[in-house]
Amino acid sequence: MSAVTDSARIEPPGNAVTQSLRDSLVIARRNVIRMTRIPEMVIFGLIQPIMFVVLFSYVFGGSINVPGAGLNASGYREFLMAGIFAQTVTFATAGAGAGIADDMHKGLIDRFRSLPMARGAVLTGRTFADLVQTALTLVVLAVVAVLVGWRTHENFGKVLAGFGLLLLLGYAFSWIGALIGLSVRTPEAATSGGLIWLFPLTFISNAFVPAENMPSFLQTIANWNPFSATVQACRQLFGNLPAGYPVPDAWPMQHPVWASLLWSVLILVVFRTLAVRKYRSAAA
Amino acid sequence: MPGAIYAEGLVKTFGDVRALDGVDLDVPEGTVLGLLGPNGAGKTTTVRCLTTLLRPDSGKAVVAGLDVLEHPNEVRRSIGLSGQFAAVDEYLTGRENLQMVGRLYQMRAGAAKTRAAELLEQFNLADAADRPAKTYSGGMRRRLDLAAALVVSPPVMFMDEPTTGLDPRNRQQLWDVIKQLVSGGTTLLLTTQYLEEADHLAHEIAVVDHGRVIARGTSDQLKARTGGERVEVVVHDREHISTACEVLRGFGKGDTAVEEHTRKLTVPVTGGAKLLAEIIRELDARGIEIDDIGLRRPTLDDVFLSLTGHVAEATDEENGAKGADVRDRRIEKETVK
Repeated sequence: MSAVTDSARIEPPGNAVTQSLRDSLVIARRNVIRMTRIPEMVIFGLIQPIMFVVLFSYVFGGSINVPGAGLNASGYREFLMAGIFAQTVTFATAGAGAGIADDMHKGLIDRFRSLPMARGAVLTGRTFADLVQTALTLVVLAVVAVLVGWRTHENFGKVLAGFGLLLLLGYAFSWIGALIGLSVRTPEAATSGGLIWLFPLTFISNAFVPAENMPSFLQTIANWNPFSATVQACRQLFGNLPAGYPVPDAWPMQHPVWASLLWSVLILVVFRTLAVRKYRSAAA
Repeated sequence: MPGAIYAEGLVKTFGDVRALDGVDLDVPEGTVLGLLGPNGAGKTTTVRCLTTLLRPDSGKAVVAGLDVLEHPNEVRRSIGLSGQFAAVDEYLTGRENLQMVGRLYQMRAGAAKTRAAELLEQFNLADAADRPAKTYSGGMRRRLDLAAALVVSPPVMFMDEPTTGLDPRNRQQLWDVIKQLVSGGTTLLLTTQYLEEADHLAHEIAVVDHGRVIARGTSDQLKARTGGERVEVVVHDREHISTACEVLRGFGKGDTAVEEHTRKLTVPVTGGAKLLAEIIRELDARGIEIDDIGLRRPTLDDVFLSLTGHVAEATDEENGAKGADVRDRRIEKETVK
C-alpha cells in the first residue's frame, strides 16, 4: 500500500489537464512503439497513396480537363495532389478504428479502464500516434508528388499552412475512427467500417475531378462536403488553382480555409465527445 | 465494519438477461474469496462491477473502504485486475508493458522503471524482459498480466479466471505465485470454474449460479452439506455384484447404490482409510475380484451438483477439455488402489 501513497514515486496530482496530457503521451508512445514493431503497417499505409499519385497522374492525367489549365497532364497533376493528400489523411480513420477495436478485443481497454488514468487518454494517445504516422506519410507523399511534377506556387508559410489543415482534417477523422473502433466487435469490421464510407465521401468531392461536371445535386454535396473544403483550401494555399478556375458559388468554396477549419473543428469536437462517452461505458 | 470487498444486492441486466440478480459479498481484509460457478453464472460481471468497469443497475459496492460508484477513480488506485484474457500489449516488451502500466497508475517514470525491473525478476521473466510479449508462452503472458496488476502492490486484487486455458504445470506455477501474494496480506477475489482451484486457494467460497450467490462457506463447510465420505467399488465380474453388495452393507452407514452397467457400487461410510482396508480384505476373502476401489470424499463438483442440480460444466470446448483434465487428476488423487 505504501507504493500508492509514496510521494517520491507517485506523480503529484496536478490538474486534470496535466494528467490527461501525460497519460495521453504514455499511450501515444505505446502506439508509436507498436508502429516500429509492425513496420509493414506503415509501409502498406504509404504504398497505397503513392500508387494513387502515380495511377491518377499517368492514367487520368491526359483525359481530365481542369478548367483554366486545359487538357494537359501537368495541369491535372498540380490540381490532383491536394486531393490525394486529403484522401490519404482521412484514411487514417481506418487505422485508428482497427487499433482501438483490437485493444477492445484483446482486453487492453479493460486493463486501461481499471487504471487511475485520465478518461480520454487512451483515445487521445491513439489519435496522437496516428497524427505522427499521418505526418510521416504526408512527407513521403509530398516527395513523390514533387518527383512526378507537382509544384507549389505560393510562399513557404502558406504551403505549411496547407499541410497544417491536412493534419487537422486527419486528426479530426481519426476520432471518427476511434468511435467506429469502440462500436464494432472485431478489428476487421473496424477496418472495413472505417473505409467504405470514405470512398463516396472522397469521390463526391472536388478531390479528383472538378465538381462542375457532376449532376447538380452531386455538385451541391461536393461543394459542401467537408473534404472538399480542405482540398480547395490546400489548392489555394499551394497555388495549385489554375488562373481562371471557376470557383463554385457555395460559401465553403468561396472561403475554403475558414470552411476547412470550421469543418475539422466541428468533426473533432462532435466525434471526440461521442467517442469518449462511448469509451466510458464500453463493454468488451 | 464491511470487509475489503463488499457488495450488497448487485443487479445488472443486459437486455433480457439478468446477469446479476442481487449479488451479496463480504470479503474480510487479507483473505481470499473464490467465486465459483459455470460460464455465464455472473462471475465476470461481478468482477467488472467491483472494478469500476461496469455500472450496476442497482446495489452497493465498497472496495478498500471506498464506494465504487461514488469514487471510481480512487478505487482504481487501490485495486489490481488480472483478466480472463491476458491483457498485455503483445507488441511491447514485458518491460515496456509494466512501465506503461506503472506510468498510468501515475507513478513517476523512474519509479515505474525500477518497479518493472523488480516485478520481472520476481515473476521469472527477467530473461524475456526485452522481448515483445508476442513471443511469450501462454504461462509467461499470464505471469506478465499478473505482474501488471501488481505494479502498485494494491491492497485489493481481482483475478478473473487466472488459470483458464493453462496447462497443469503452468497452473501450478501461477497458484504458487498467488499463494505467495496472499500471504503478504493482499485481499483477493478470484473467479474460477475449476473447483480444485477454489479449494486450493480460497479461504471462503461463494458459489454463483444464474447471477446469485447460492451458497457460501469454507470448502469443508460446503462439502459437509453434501454429506460425508463414500466407498466406491468396481467389481470385475457382474455376477459378484450381489455378494459385494452384501459385504458393503456390513460396513456402510446407509444404502448401497448399484450401477449395474458399470459394475459400480457406492456406499456412505465413516472411518476413512482404515475401513477401506478392512473392506478390501473382506472382498478378497470372499474371492471377489475388483477392478477399482476408492474412498471418495465429496468434491466441489458434488457440492455444485447438489446445490444447483446441474454439473459445473464448462460450455466451450477448450474449457471442457481442461475440466476433464482436472477431473481426471482428482480421481487419481482420491482413489486408493
